[in-house]
Amino acid sequence: MAFALTDEQKLLKESVDRFVERDYDFEFRTRLAGSEDGWSARNWSRFAELGWLGVPFSEELGGYGGGPVEAGLIVEGLGKGLAVEPYLWTVILGGGLLARAGRIDVLEGVMGGSVQLATGFAEPGSRYTLSNVATSAAQNDGDWLITGQKAVVFNAPSADYLIVPARTGGGQTEAVGITLFLVPADAKGVEMRGYRTMDGSRAAEITLSGVKVGGGAVIGDVDNGMTLLEQAIDTATAVVCCEAAGVMQALVVQTQNYLKTRKQFGVPLSTFQVLQHRMAEMFIHKEQTQSMAYMAVVRAAGDDAHEAAKAVSAAKAYAGEKGRLVGQEAIQMHGGMGITREMPVSSYFKRITMIETLFGNVDHHLDRFADISAAERAGA
Amino acid sequence: MDLAISPQDEAFRQVVIDFIENNLPSDTREKVRRGLKLDKDDHVNWHKILHANGWGAPNWTPEFGGPDWTPMQRHIFEEETGRHHCPRLRPFGLKMVGPVIQAFGSDEQKSEHLPKIINSEVQWCQGYSEPDSGSDLASLKTRAVRDGDNYIVNGQKTWTTEAHWSDWIFCLVRTGETVKKQEGISFLLIDMKTPGITVKPIITMEGGHEVNEVFLDDVVVPVSNRVGEENKGWTIAKFLLSHERTSIAEIGRSKSQLEKLKEIASAEQNNDAPLIEDRRFRDKIARAELDLMALDMSLMRIVAAESGGRQIGPEASLLKIRATELQQKLTELLMEAIGYYSHPDIPEAREFGWNEPPVGPDYASSLSPIYFNWRKSSIYGGSNEVQRGIIAKMVLGF
Repeated sequence: MAFALTDEQKLLKESVDRFVERDYDFEFRTRLAGSEDGWSARNWSRFAELGWLGVPFSEELGGYGGGPVEAGLIVEGLGKGLAVEPYLWTVILGGGLLARAGRIDVLEGVMGGSVQLATGFAEPGSRYTLSNVATSAAQNDGDWLITGQKAVVFNAPSADYLIVPARTGGGQTEAVGITLFLVPADAKGVEMRGYRTMDGSRAAEITLSGVKVGGGAVIGDVDNGMTLLEQAIDTATAVVCCEAAGVMQALVVQTQNYLKTRKQFGVPLSTFQVLQHRMAEMFIHKEQTQSMAYMAVVRAAGDDAHEAAKAVSAAKAYAGEKGRLVGQEAIQMHGGMGITREMPVSSYFKRITMIETLFGNVDHHLDRFADISAAERAGA
Repeated sequence: MDLAISPQDEAFRQVVIDFIENNLPSDTREKVRRGLKLDKDDHVNWHKILHANGWGAPNWTPEFGGPDWTPMQRHIFEEETGRHHCPRLRPFGLKMVGPVIQAFGSDEQKSEHLPKIINSEVQWCQGYSEPDSGSDLASLKTRAVRDGDNYIVNGQKTWTTEAHWSDWIFCLVRTGETVKKQEGISFLLIDMKTPGITVKPIITMEGGHEVNEVFLDDVVVPVSNRVGEENKGWTIAKFLLSHERTSIAEIGRSKSQLEKLKEIASAEQNNDAPLIEDRRFRDKIARAELDLMALDMSLMRIVAAESGGRQIGPEASLLKIRATELQQKLTELLMEAIGYYSHPDIPEAREFGWNEPPVGPDYASSLSPIYFNWRKSSIYGGSNEVQRGIIAKMVLGF
């Protein structure tokens, strides 16, 4: 049936939900986020056993033949539990890039659970413009020397390999002239300053000082990495919209439960019409965001990159705006309790807040969507 | 109507600005400007500096050591101290229990407590909310039972700002059982050193410690520490809740935040141009500025009415709602301006004197925590839902 999950997809969704319900309570999550690595290697092994690490990849690459839709379902489910494992960074984005370039050599380790990846798609002054790359790579006797800075590289402290977009030609913001490099995280000249992020993940500032890699480090084609990067980021963006839907779902459930149990003036808060209507709005935003997210992953799974870009930007702008609203309302309706660290709702709020900037905020994607629409009109 | 501030008031404004310039300790100014953590000493020292200049209690009358300012002068003082990165004078003594003692207290209470509030020797906190009594404050359960010349107090207060710094707490407690829950409440002053008081921190989502739970177990409080009559504390509570008035707007702080937003949006780059030139972002800054102008003008009209001797009523609720929404919007835009640098969470970077190079721009580290922390403002001081209820009641007359 169109517009509905297949039986296999339903099973996958149920298995993720089951995992989160059974094995990912909030206290456990809080401990994990506060631990040295910030996530659980044991959980990662389970993800591997359950096949989740190979779900988005084709069978030719050794995967299970799923795609963005299946990846989205997994991440939506993990979002409900606020899971801190770097699935988005290693499997969806890093793995996605490697898969598009046919790099089975490293992808095998990703699917097996032994390899962690981080992608440096942002630089200190780039904001959300992927093609704004100042990091440069120069050829030297068949090797490449990479120099530059990457900002807020998620999962970098755990990464075995960094995927580094660097300029091999063209001006600083040109789309042509960007090449993607696979750099071992411990390569000489890689300096990393790691830190925690607001939502309990890990990231790092990375400085590359003449980092030497061989010709085999190039992912895809020299000078033409931008298309690859943009498409992989689009898929990851669609998937993170699914996470937003999962986080919003949890915010809605937590808030409705709070309104039903918290009493003031002798009655549950849920009896106040002003709060009922706001709760209803939160529910609508969550449902609509989920719809947009599903549309985006389905488009990302198709072969039309143009349609995918349009749907992804639509969904991300939508999820960003509604996610902010749902998060703020969830906190407000929890009253004082909502601002405490001890209440789960505040951690979900922080995650939905941080998702808003990932791969571009509302303004960025609204702009991109409007540009694509305008181009369509001009072409029609 | 005109929009002119009198020459005398403008001269006063300059006096305040000059005083701040010459007397605000530079490290305190830096902490406030950069949104870093403030210590108790930052507050106390600044208050003592003001007091030495005769400005220790801007909102008090000369009878109690206040500077005899007009409502306009008070407003100017609030605005300029907010704008010029002064720590906000702690309201619990000066604006809450102080005015209560002045209006309802005994002579002994006045002479005992007021001088120590004005010279910042004693810090106060507010024991109002309880775990089951937030918006429905009158349902509070902390009980005070009479035992000779004492009350024995048992119960729990929560969201007690700065209880961990405070020497005294003013509490609403239940002293009588009545059909109407507003009756049977009394207003007590309690020394925090009294045995049986335990303060437990509440950590807020960004990791800060401002609020606490306060547990009271068989706390012995002399009856002479009751303000006003027994079981008439609700009158005092209402007096106090409506006493915050115009300063709740913190308009000076919002003006300073707007300036900061413009500076940061000018420094941040978006597609090779300053972010402030981006149409979408520029419009958002402009909208915030319109909200600020509307609030400023409404505030000035209210100050003018107050100067004419009128007590303000539900207008205070208007100010509370719009001021806190604006404060929150500004924290939101500040966070939005820094893009990916809203993600790093480096608590040490929010402490004064941290000497390592910043992660990202030096203004970035405190902006997300402030956004998270500031969600409190639409909840505290009577939630914005409660404030809308007050306005609705007035407008619809029920």
